[in-house]
Amino acid sequence: MDDYLLETRDVVKRFGGLTAVDRVSVGVRAGEALAILGDNGAGKSTLIKVISGVHPPDAGEVWLEGRPVAIRTPRDALAAGIETIYQDLALAENLDVGANIFLGRERLKRRLGLKVLDDAAMRAEAAKVLERLDIQIPSLRATIRTLSGGQRQAVAISRSIYWKAKVLIMDEPTAALGVAEQRKVLDLVRTLKDQGLGIILISHQMFDVFAVADRLAVMRRGVKVGERLVKETSPDEVVGLIVGSETVGAERAAVKPMS
Amino acid sequence: MEAAGVAGVEPTRARVLSLLAERWLFAFLALETLYFCFAAEGFANPNSLQILLFYGVEIFLLAMAELFVIVTGGIDLSVGYVLGLASIVGTKLIGALAGAGAPPAAALALGAALTLAVGILPGLVNGWLVAYLDVPPFIATFSMLGVCHGVSELIIEGVYAMGLPPLAAELGSGHLLYYAPGAGMSFLARPEVERGTEVWEIVPNVVVLAAVVIAVLWFALSRTRFGRHVYAVGGNRDAALRAGIPVRRRLLAVYALSAGLASLAGLAYALKYVSGKADAGAGSLLDSIAAVMIGGASMFGGSGTVGRTVAGCLVIAVLELGLRMRGTPTFDKYVLVGVILVGAVVIERWLPGKGR
Repeated sequence: MDDYLLETRDVVKRFGGLTAVDRVSVGVRAGEALAILGDNGAGKSTLIKVISGVHPPDAGEVWLEGRPVAIRTPRDALAAGIETIYQDLALAENLDVGANIFLGRERLKRRLGLKVLDDAAMRAEAAKVLERLDIQIPSLRATIRTLSGGQRQAVAISRSIYWKAKVLIMDEPTAALGVAEQRKVLDLVRTLKDQGLGIILISHQMFDVFAVADRLAVMRRGVKVGERLVKETSPDEVVGLIVGSETVGAERAAVKPMS
Repeated sequence: MEAAGVAGVEPTRARVLSLLAERWLFAFLALETLYFCFAAEGFANPNSLQILLFYGVEIFLLAMAELFVIVTGGIDLSVGYVLGLASIVGTKLIGALAGAGAPPAAALALGAALTLAVGILPGLVNGWLVAYLDVPPFIATFSMLGVCHGVSELIIEGVYAMGLPPLAAELGSGHLLYYAPGAGMSFLARPEVERGTEVWEIVPNVVVLAAVVIAVLWFALSRTRFGRHVYAVGGNRDAALRAGIPVRRRLLAVYALSAGLASLAGLAYALKYVSGKADAGAGSLLDSIAAVMIGGASMFGGSGTVGRTVAGCLVIAVLELGLRMRGTPTFDKYVLVGVILVGAVVIERWLPGKGR
């Protein structure tokens, strides 16, 4: 079998009568980025939620580092080293950078026999990891609400790095970002690949996919309809897989008389 | 990455406005107090503070209850009637225990403990409905309001609950410290003095109780992991879930805490007025929520602190006492509280802050 860092094997997820994910098998290797594409409702987000523990699968398995893992809750996924950055970033706007990086895993210290939040330590650790990724945040005491989209992405990514993620799942990482910030995020993704992480990327942005992904998988109505090496395919072919190639062929045929 | 925010554009103006937004509440409270010192006969007197705190104990406790719930993005409409129910249950239980022969102190302690245990039940139901059945907090707590009211009336059948032992009144109206020239300092018990001698009463017992409870709550909300989770749940419930925070357990705890504090307020009421009434807390609900809002908490959750909520309570309490001493008709108070509340919300909304 392949030397996948993380793979799903025939994973199925149903919601009532709807099969959102229908026997999907994908895998990503260490140091590699896999892009998952598909139209709205294709099942990409659901597949990601299965891997990150939000929805335990109805059938099929998830394997990590060559062994099956049982991921039934978000905590299981985090404990296994699978970190996810959701489209809405899963950051608490009302808390600061340190609090967000340690959300759910707060650092405590003992004061007079009681366990108390160690904000100073959390802030110091946050500063260290931000520096490691060369990210500038003007004030660590400010709440997330005051940060730009790109900075929020950076904080979310830093959180995953801090917790020594093995696999990082990113859901539409550059949506709603300006051009300069998009480039920064893509640079970060390349850095993470160099550090040996396996990245799974959901994206509608063809540019992102062809800029950082090594392989891509296309889903349509819950099923994986194709898998390609990025350097052996083209945006046209990918779009064809996403919408169903018959449609793309018909459009081409309709346009031809003009030229 | 580019630096964010207004700071780069007009640093001084933004910073001044930001400072105003942070400090307006305490400045307002100071000005208000100053105003009544001049405008109301007898207001500028240390005893005024004690009176204010004594009568405000229930509102302070209810405001704390609402604070925790509001920070999570919810609301608890049942606290007023949980207070009433607890005042009734407490009175009846303590009265029954004392009547059955238990020494008054034991009757009080045991009765109070049992009342708190019973009083938390509506909170557990609220929490279960909100956290596990996804019932909107407004609806869930509104229903419990009715249930508590109904149960209260069932128990007392139209009459006040009575029957507390004398020790209850002594504690309820009593003070921590007494001083009389000639008799010296006295702890908890009023010294025997000749007619006409002035006895200094220092800090009512119920105020001490409330102060201790509020200090503990301040610590819990601002310094513990539990408190951090409460803010996280209110700030971004999804983020909290995905970060592994036990969101439903936290919500359950917060609503149970709310009912527990309301029950404590009910016990305080029973000790102060030596009786229990179904609607003992009915009028305090809106004041307690207003206090939390004036203190700057967001209706949508994620912000608010114990300190600022206490300040909010003081704003209302000072207003009430000041107006009464000035002889103004009561309805002015309602209008003014409404105006202050709107002003507070507008300030919090429109002035740039640190994103509290």
